Amino acid sequence: MKSLKPVDVVIAGGGWTGLLMAKEITSRTSLSVVVLERGPARKSSDYSTGMDELDYAVRLRMMQNLSEETLTHRHNGRASAVPVRQYGSFQPGTGTGGAGEHWGALSFRFGPDVFQLGSHIREKHGEAKLPPNVAAQDWGLTYDDLEPDYWRAEQMMGVCGKAGNLKGVKIEGGNPFEGPRSHEYPLPPHKTTYVTSLFRKACVDLGHHPYPAPTATASQTYRNPDGVTRSGCLYCGYCTRFGCMIGAKSQPTNTLMPLLVNKKNFTLRNGCQVRRVIHRDGRAEALTYMDASGEEIEQPARIVILGSWTLNNTRLLLMSKIGEPYDPSTGKGTLGRNLTHQVSANVRFFLDKPLNNFMGSGGLGFGIDDFDGDNAFDPAAGLLRGGTMRVTSTGEGPLAGFGRTPPGETESEWGAEWKKAALKWYDKSSSVAFEGGHFPYRQNCLDLDPTYTDKFGDPLIRLTLDWTDHERAQTDMAIKAGSAIARAMGGKVGETRGVGARYSVTYYQSTHVQGGTIVGASPERSVLNPWLQHWEMPNLWMTGGSTFPQSGSGNPTLTIIAMTYRAADALIDRYMKHPDKLL
Amino acid sequence: MKRREFLTVPVKSLGGLLLYTIAGEPVRLPAQVKDQENGKVKIPLLFFTEAEARAVQAACARIVPSDASGPGATEANVIVYIDRQLAGPWGRDKYRYTKGPWVESVAEHGYQGKENPQQIYRAGIPKLGEDFGTAPAAEQDKRLRAVEKTTFFRLLRTHTLEGMFSDPLHGGNAGLIGWQLIGYPGPLMSYRDEIDKYHGMPFTAKPKSLEQVTGRRIKGWEEQS
Repeated sequence: MKSLKPVDVVIAGGGWTGLLMAKEITSRTSLSVVVLERGPARKSSDYSTGMDELDYAVRLRMMQNLSEETLTHRHNGRASAVPVRQYGSFQPGTGTGGAGEHWGALSFRFGPDVFQLGSHIREKHGEAKLPPNVAAQDWGLTYDDLEPDYWRAEQMMGVCGKAGNLKGVKIEGGNPFEGPRSHEYPLPPHKTTYVTSLFRKACVDLGHHPYPAPTATASQTYRNPDGVTRSGCLYCGYCTRFGCMIGAKSQPTNTLMPLLVNKKNFTLRNGCQVRRVIHRDGRAEALTYMDASGEEIEQPARIVILGSWTLNNTRLLLMSKIGEPYDPSTGKGTLGRNLTHQVSANVRFFLDKPLNNFMGSGGLGFGIDDFDGDNAFDPAAGLLRGGTMRVTSTGEGPLAGFGRTPPGETESEWGAEWKKAALKWYDKSSSVAFEGGHFPYRQNCLDLDPTYTDKFGDPLIRLTLDWTDHERAQTDMAIKAGSAIARAMGGKVGETRGVGARYSVTYYQSTHVQGGTIVGASPERSVLNPWLQHWEMPNLWMTGGSTFPQSGSGNPTLTIIAMTYRAADALIDRYMKHPDKLL
Repeated sequence: MKRREFLTVPVKSLGGLLLYTIAGEPVRLPAQVKDQENGKVKIPLLFFTEAEARAVQAACARIVPSDASGPGATEANVIVYIDRQLAGPWGRDKYRYTKGPWVESVAEHGYQGKENPQQIYRAGIPKLGEDFGTAPAAEQDKRLRAVEKTTFFRLLRTHTLEGMFSDPLHGGNAGLIGWQLIGYPGPLMSYRDEIDKYHGMPFTAKPKSLEQVTGRRIKGWEEQS
């Protein structure tokens, strides 16, 4: 194996967190940073001709190539897992910018109680009232700790929205249930569409508290504190699963790379798949990777940061034999525990007017948190916590939109009668979407699959994951509340979808898979300390969704980025003064 | 190498003036017609045999028929779209995990079969019957109903809609006829001035393809790998 000249910092993964770490380190220190990204090089200008629904939204051209590496899934520890052979419930990205290129840009903060969920639900309900095997635990940091970093993340990306709680003062038009903000959003909300304005009005009529969905797609020209300027959204609708053709949607390629490309102490290597962390005597020494030509290479470094996607971060530690793998039967071990997804539900509804659904932006719409967190508490229904609901105009192309019909309209899914109905109802439906926080459970976890391997022969990551009665109660509630809103909008309710009897990999839910290398206050119950430093290996740091002990209700990216800022400060301002010490 | 296969279709059955051949080259129909006898176009096939293409084309025409509600799969040239997708990397499962062991699993794990889309079509088409292309419509419908739960038919239905409504750069939606049918304007660059004005009323515009919008020749993924 070829061993390269040592560098100060080596980072696995060139997405939001890896590149943000690289940007913070290279702009504030003279340390040399190498980022290893498995996927192709991407730049903002690549997207100017990418407005093709088939290649990007159906064939998923920007995602990880599953023929090279996928994951396996089983519903419980007694079953054997099978590989996820084609895309379904979530869609990891690849290439420069990672999933931060094709994301929808919804940028929620988690509620303050999410960071203390373990103690919060135990105090509120008592251990005996909790669902069986709930493994919710505190993060070892609070919302107030993270608030300044949330604000930095919002400024960096130029998040649009309307504050509902400024320093404890409730503000009309924002989300009254959010944690206190130190500042109003950097940018005003987006324009509204017909269907989102109907949703907003219906929510007000029903006594709910609609707020503009927060999104990191600029509503107008925006210059961030780093001096990077992006233009305002044109609402072309080619957004989620696409790279933005004009760079209005904040993506690592248009928000971070402009600051990195000319840095002498920064190197990005594409086509380099990291396979192991080399370590000795409690110290990470190098990353080994396969480069694009198939040569195996070792990159030694003083500091190693793993910033790849949730499942890959956990898999890298498992393959590198760092930390004790979690055993669900005994509860011992920390690596691979607290796997969560997001609890999603959907209520389709039909209106009698055309909606121009092809116009929009990934995060354009209104949401309500009237059914989120403790607001949803309903002991008779077995429900402790709920989730956030919204109607968005994300930009729906004809491949996604054609063929939706109200129930009873047509029996067949093809043929003349069906075609007539599909034409009549085309562009006349939307949906109320629900995203709930997913409790971690003792039985839901990650380990290495004993059978299936990737293109290099390394074991795939195995998800043991299923829904419980609590998630079904969450989505039952969401369908009931969402249907009431849809009817108040004048809509006819069509197909509704909750989590169902068993976890399914066959349809898209969200790419918000979390946990596996979680933060916490003690090494007995977490992999990382509250600064994202490995408890057993002080020069190993980790960023991303793998660090979350449980999912929040909304999309995790903003929290992922805020946590990365926090880790960057800890590493640069404190760790570097006393290297190889645990903070 | 297999014998070059062609599908011959009457020009008047195709929508619009602009047709994309399987090789991906845009062709103005009138120019090509001059080279054809009796106003017919010979479309070179990349994956299907001519007999297979005839059967699939007939099936697509039953899934989205041409009738009083508007043009269907035939006018949109859906068969060219499907042929190109199957011949490309996707048709050979270049993006699907295809390592064994292959095991049956629960429905929540999705398609776990070994067969790639090319093989699914090749095995599925004969089940429609040798005379499918010339059978009466009612008989065609009956045979399609009999297989409508199969993986082959689910793929065929999905592909028919993709060929109707995807950008013409992939070979279907000839003359943007699918987008005209539903009033989709194509990948326009901006709705900034329209998005908050067209509330409760349709925004309509003569559809444009991605190549027309960008003024650049764009290759589909199927042509690149």
